[in-house]
Amino acid sequence: MKELLILEKNHFHGGIHPPECKDLSNQQPLQIATLPEEVVLPLGQHHGNLAKPLVKPGDSVKTGQLLASNEQANGACVHASISGEVVAIESRPVPHVSGLSLPAIILRSDGKDEPYPHPGLPCWQEASVEELLPLIQTSGLVGLGGAVFPTHTKLAGALSKGIDTLIINAAECEPYITADDLLMRSRPQALLEGIGILNKLLKPRQLLLGIEDNKPEALQALQQALPGSTVENELQLCVLPTRYPSGGEKQLIQLLTGKEVPSGGLPLDIGILCHNVGTLAALADAVVRGRPLIERIVTLTGKALRHPGNYRVRIGTSVEKLLRQAGLETEQSRRVIVGGPMMGFTLPSTQVPVSKAINCLLLPTADELPLPGPEQPCIRCGRCEEVCPAQLLPQQLYFYAAHQAWNQAEEQQLFDCIECGACAWVCPSEIPLVQYYRYAKGQIQQLNADAEKAEQARLRFEARKERFEQEAKEKEAKRKARAEAAAKVAAAKKNQQQETAEKTPASSAATQDAATAKKLKQLKVAKAAATVAIKKAEKSLGNLQTSADATPEQISEQQQRLAAAKEQLAKTEAKLAAAEEG
Amino acid sequence: MLELLVNNPVVSALLALSGLALVIGLLLGFAQVKFHIEGDPLVEKIDQLLPQTQCGQCGHPGCRPYAEAIAAGEAINKCPPGGETTIQALADLLGREPLPLDAEEGVSSDKKVAYIREDECIGCTKCIQACPVDAIIGAPKVMHTVIIDECTGCDLCVEPCPVDCIDMLTLPSELQSWHWPAPPGPLASPQARLITSDQAGSAKQETQA
Repeated sequence: MKELLILEKNHFHGGIHPPECKDLSNQQPLQIATLPEEVVLPLGQHHGNLAKPLVKPGDSVKTGQLLASNEQANGACVHASISGEVVAIESRPVPHVSGLSLPAIILRSDGKDEPYPHPGLPCWQEASVEELLPLIQTSGLVGLGGAVFPTHTKLAGALSKGIDTLIINAAECEPYITADDLLMRSRPQALLEGIGILNKLLKPRQLLLGIEDNKPEALQALQQALPGSTVENELQLCVLPTRYPSGGEKQLIQLLTGKEVPSGGLPLDIGILCHNVGTLAALADAVVRGRPLIERIVTLTGKALRHPGNYRVRIGTSVEKLLRQAGLETEQSRRVIVGGPMMGFTLPSTQVPVSKAINCLLLPTADELPLPGPEQPCIRCGRCEEVCPAQLLPQQLYFYAAHQAWNQAEEQQLFDCIECGACAWVCPSEIPLVQYYRYAKGQIQQLNADAEKAEQARLRFEARKERFEQEAKEKEAKRKARAEAAAKVAAAKKNQQQETAEKTPASSAATQDAATAKKLKQLKVAKAAATVAIKKAEKSLGNLQTSADATPEQISEQQQRLAAAKEQLAKTEAKLAAAEEG
Repeated sequence: MLELLVNNPVVSALLALSGLALVIGLLLGFAQVKFHIEGDPLVEKIDQLLPQTQCGQCGHPGCRPYAEAIAAGEAINKCPPGGETTIQALADLLGREPLPLDAEEGVSSDKKVAYIREDECIGCTKCIQACPVDAIIGAPKVMHTVIIDECTGCDLCVEPCPVDCIDMLTLPSELQSWHWPAPPGPLASPQARLITSDQAGSAKQETQA
């Protein structure tokens, strides 16, 4: 067993020491709240997406049965915290400062509290990562320190990146809250089992547990339980000076390792993983005993309660009924605060269920925590800067937030603010500084979301325009193609016509040639005939001239005929010559 | 040559200056070619400030054409969805006077989205054609519906609907989109405060006492 390490140095910047008021609730042993008759199980108790219900109204379910699953990385499952019947699945108000509703599964108890048989992995030391991680996911585990981040997602991230140091957060620095204190006192074995499981799963080089020095009993219980546990030789218990907010993740890391988480980064970036003790005990219950997350320890405290103390409460129990059980003195109490006085918020109504995120219900009397006086103007005293554990300039951030200068606020690292409330605590002007920061953060997130949506709209609009242009272009191209095709057809027609046109003059020439040839022939025939006629005429003239009985009239007639024949021949010859020339 | 320059300071000064001008001119010319920017960077900046609802209420077919028109000198107060914030941002960017919003009707600040009463839809696709961001799905003669996450609330689909089955509805406030309200400010009544860490003042006084 490692020796106890008592830290006195290595402080984070700033911090305060408000009155602790822890003895109000840590003097009584851990009590078990009565089994509720009805539970309301919101589907979004964790950080992330809503779970999907697997049951329908009328189904009967057993304690620990899976009611709603969440396959997404950023989500957690919901289990029945009592046995009985599913009455309805409807929207119900959740414990949130807005008073808004979320879909929820409503169960009515049959009073038997019959457990649903979950196998678990009692021999987890031999189990593999592939067996452990899905079990953790289906057990609905979330960070019980207040952030309610799904545990399996956190572990999967750590597994993929690999870690150097595992820090167990047992500081519980917020005044009034003693849930982790009582858990360590009453169930140290479960916590050590949980640490052992994570040690096996993640194999870190060192295991550190940070606990404030105002919890000596819890420390003693851990020291007694440590020998014989699986992490006996690895776990280093570290005692921190009591100082708010030493339980802040980044502050605890700085206290224990001296390292600073980079601005805007995660502890994983420097090889560190932080887990709350409540989460680890729930992890041990889930893995070793097969009991999913169906109950948690809630501190019921404040002077308006007759029986303050820590209660093991089934998830989904009505806050109203739980407070009656703790002896609520209605006339004394003016408000119900979820969480502690530093970081908590006032519930708008007590008609809401206890969710996985609620670690404390504080009911202060008017004398105990009176309402603050009116907000006064900032006098620039600078005390807020002295106490800021994140080393920011609260006064500057306040001016930027109040004047909606979001860019400047972001430049001053507004998002590194852990909303611990130390600045508002010391402010002499009673300015609700944290509310200003929360408001500014919300507005910036909204603006960013709007900008993202606008960008999306712009892209869609441009894609649509492009599509239209493309369509128009295609249409134009088609039209052009059609026009071209038509032009081609027309041209082809024209060509053909031309061809035929060209052919026609050629044939006419031929016919002309034929005609000329014919004419020539005729002319030749005529010439020949003329020549024959001349010869005939010459012969008959010769006959007449030689014969005695020829009359002169006959001779002259013959002579005329000869002359006519000669004339005919001359004519025909002239014509023939002309035709041959042409 | 040197002697000439020494003896005629006016000439040498002229030569020096014209040489310098030549060199700088060449540099500038080179820079213009080398660092040439496609499009107008001012239009990009203006476009980023506009809400991208593509509603056309400014008289331009979309936000980018209006951004181009603003860059060319048009008034900056014609964007009702952007409202006063956009006018202020544009005025800051362009160094112009912020003007009151130029809108025909009063503009409500809450965001709205189109909602089709589905059993009344006749499937005419007219709204689909009107939607500038393709946020309506459907086909001829079958029911249409709006993809809420993509709807910019421009209400361009309301007018073309022949059976008037499109409503502009305000989105219900959801837990996921809830944000802390602004604190009431100095000298407001203390009851209006929500956060308890600011209410611990008395315990502090107790310890001090």
